[in-house]
Amino acid sequence: MTNETVAKDPRDEIVEHLPALRAFAVSLTRNGSQADDLVQDTIVKAWKNFDKFQQGTNLRAWLFTILRNTFYSAKRKSRREVADTDGLLASTLAEKPHHDGRLAMVDFEKAFATLPAEQREALILVGASGFSYEEAAETCNVAVGTIKSRVNRGRARLAELLDVGPDQAMELTDAPTVAVVASSMQPRRGIV
Amino acid sequence: MAQNQPKSSLEELIDDNLRKVYRQVEDEAVPDRFLALLDQLKQQEDPHDK
Repeated sequence: MTNETVAKDPRDEIVEHLPALRAFAVSLTRNGSQADDLVQDTIVKAWKNFDKFQQGTNLRAWLFTILRNTFYSAKRKSRREVADTDGLLASTLAEKPHHDGRLAMVDFEKAFATLPAEQREALILVGASGFSYEEAAETCNVAVGTIKSRVNRGRARLAELLDVGPDQAMELTDAPTVAVVASSMQPRRGIV
Repeated sequence: MAQNQPKSSLEELIDDNLRKVYRQVEDEAVPDRFLALLDQLKQQEDPHDK
């Protein structure tokens, strides 16, 4: 046997997941340079702990898990995060979204940025990155039901923030659906 | 949940925007620093490099 164990190093696959890692990092940090620092830390940790990765399982989910754990532990350390989401929104969401049935991207991003991190990650994992509820639950180390409820609460809150409530939904869809939407979008004002 | 229930327009609208936000970043070129970092990590582990 030659020294050339050119058998593919599974770690070489990490590079394929970098775009997704960055996108996930931005959705958590809401800040480009912070996101890239997070990705950098994630790469180093993943590399060093690669022996813990089970071959044949979902590498992306594994990397995402490292990334989010890194994010949350850093966040716990520096509690400088602004907690006032509503105030932040009020100052940034100066204009009402256009009422043409389409959300302006910028408004959406601002609204999205005000959600708690755990809702943002659930929404991104399930709604954008194509993770199943089960994969998202595993990535976040919570029950599937927890992910579902975070997704639902996140969606409801976004709808509320963007004022795409029942009124606007009316323009978008037919009456029976509106009824469903309206009832499902009702924010819970306390458990009855 | 009913099995054949189509996603509501509102839900679609939100998911559509989520995907846009995500893809915006995902479609960017990966910064060189990450490729360099991966190279560096690899080098460190293969001291008997050519």
